[in-house]
Amino acid sequence: MKAGDLGELALRNLREAVLRNSLTTLGVAVGVASLVAMLSLGVGLQELASRRLSNSGLFDTVLVMPRRNIENVRRASATASAAVKEAPPLDDDARAKFLHLVNVVEVYPQVRFPTEIRFEGKPFSTIVAGVPDSSRGNGAYDGIQGSFFSSPTADEAIVQIELAKDLTEQASTLIGKDVVLRYMERQAIPTASGTDDVPKAGTNTSAGGGFSIVPRERKLRIVGIIETEPAAGFGGFGSGRLLIPLEVASSLRAAQVNDLRDAVRATSAKQTYASLTVRAKSPSQIEPIETTIKNMGYGTFSLLDATRNLRLFFTIFDLLLAIFGSLALAVATLGIINTLVMAILERRREIGILKALGAADRDVRQLFFVEAGVMGLFGGILGVGFGWFIGKALTWGTNIYLHRQNLPSAHVFSVPWWLVLGAIVFAVGVSLAAGLYPASRAARLNPVEALRYE
Amino acid sequence: MTTGNGVAVRADQVSRHYEMGSAVIRAVDEITLEIRTGEFVALLGSSGSGKSTLLNLMAGLDRPTGGAIFANGRNLSELSSLELARYRSRTVGMVFQSFNLLPRMTLEENVELPLRLAEVDRAERAPRVKEALERVRLDKRTGHRPSEMSGGEQQRAALARALVNRPTLLFADEPTGNLDSATGETIMLLLKEIQQKLGMTIVMVTHERPLAERFADRIVALADGKLLSDGVKS
Repeated sequence: MKAGDLGELALRNLREAVLRNSLTTLGVAVGVASLVAMLSLGVGLQELASRRLSNSGLFDTVLVMPRRNIENVRRASATASAAVKEAPPLDDDARAKFLHLVNVVEVYPQVRFPTEIRFEGKPFSTIVAGVPDSSRGNGAYDGIQGSFFSSPTADEAIVQIELAKDLTEQASTLIGKDVVLRYMERQAIPTASGTDDVPKAGTNTSAGGGFSIVPRERKLRIVGIIETEPAAGFGGFGSGRLLIPLEVASSLRAAQVNDLRDAVRATSAKQTYASLTVRAKSPSQIEPIETTIKNMGYGTFSLLDATRNLRLFFTIFDLLLAIFGSLALAVATLGIINTLVMAILERRREIGILKALGAADRDVRQLFFVEAGVMGLFGGILGVGFGWFIGKALTWGTNIYLHRQNLPSAHVFSVPWWLVLGAIVFAVGVSLAAGLYPASRAARLNPVEALRYE
Repeated sequence: MTTGNGVAVRADQVSRHYEMGSAVIRAVDEITLEIRTGEFVALLGSSGSGKSTLLNLMAGLDRPTGGAIFANGRNLSELSSLELARYRSRTVGMVFQSFNLLPRMTLEENVELPLRLAEVDRAERAPRVKEALERVRLDKRTGHRPSEMSGGEQQRAALARALVNRPTLLFADEPTGNLDSATGETIMLLLKEIQQKLGMTIVMVTHERPLAERFADRIVALADGKLLSDGVKS
């Protein structure tokens, strides 16, 4: 029989027992919805985790330090002398080289220092951290009260909630108010040659002339309060309580904790950085970037292994969800088999007539197959719709809960196109497999016996 | 479409035995029979005589357990399942006592069904359905379902369905069994007309001797699965 005729006859047969076939199709739809809901939840959570972690700067960044810093951690200083001699300096040239590496989007120094701030005349000790402008889209700022910095050079600050609570009981009233930042500015002592290079914050002057420290103040306007503690790389502005634009932080030339050590160790005439953060386009590009930088002679650190483990975890998680989701589909498969076996009993005489009129076993088999496939197709499409609806409801419910917990809303559910297509194909495949036995049973019917059946 | 020398179907020592536990039912037992092209043969016998079983064997609906049936120049026993289906589709037309129309299909759809199974092009189907329905004078009832038609009309519809693929052999199993005598006669007249106009070979199973004697060219009588008599009418 031609495909068109086969399809027409199958649809006609399905319409004849519309209630039973609709219920069977609904069973498939529930099975597919369960599968889609489970997998979409897995995919959604994976995307949420990836997005959050990616935005956090922990997984898409490489911390670069002069190799000597790394070596010093591992060995006694006496044995590190050889490495010191060979290690290239982490200076502006190196920063420019890193920026030109493939898939690197940003390279910035770490600016972070403990200091004192004054608010309404009272002093408070805290840690100031410079935040790169690229953090604007950072997921860590999703739940910010107020706003992110208006520009990379604005004299503005974002206060972490713990510090905000120290400053005042009504944290939200802080927005728009001023805070005075008191810090120690490094000023280079002119050398014999007359140079008086002034290093930027985050860099070390290694001219050998040393530096003096001068107390300074800077008035900053509080523009936002953040609940969570944002992080942007290791040793970055994580644990910072007062966040200010990185450019502003650099321009302060504030003394940092490792300045004394670096001043004593100074060997080069060039300005160097204690560390640089190299940010990649995505976590997947970290490995080649890290390898390249290592080969350039620098020490690096990233959470590459952690991302691998995360992927492994979500793969297993998705697999388990798929297995649980498939259980409902397995039940639906039994429903299809039952429906088709019942159909054979009911249509026994009709099968006999078809065979008497010239239908081959193959035609009868294909007819039942197409009927099973059509139920699978409609069940699959309907199931994806149900699954999507469940996802929407789940996201809605989750966000209500998150809102009550004063947490930012999140998309915990994602139905990618491959899942939509895959679920429909899977539903059709499972239905065809379910139709295998009934179809072959129908095809094997003896036409004489079938025609005798009342 | 003959087996040679004007023979349409030939049964050669054909048997159809069924095993029921330890007992063997000899529904058809070593029957030899030749049906010539264009003949109207009536298989006459009482219930259980084996006439319907023999008809099913000749129509390719069943396979013999012994002997052979030759039709269309080929031994039906040696045909594969697919080849046998093609034989039923292209060479044979079947009419049953209980009409066997599909109740959910209209008359037109019922008659079109064998054309679908024979993979006839869609464009060719409508004129062939029309032609078949005109032949049985049901061309005005195309949209009706079997439940909306009388018994005689249903049997005429079944006849149109049997003719639509233009077969050379028409097998009718008690075609008047479910009809009153007047309607039955109409059907028999129609069968006779088809035989004469189309030159078709017709094999009809019946237990009504008067009907067989009036319309058939030849009466083959069976009893207990054996050939009792084979007589050409004068």
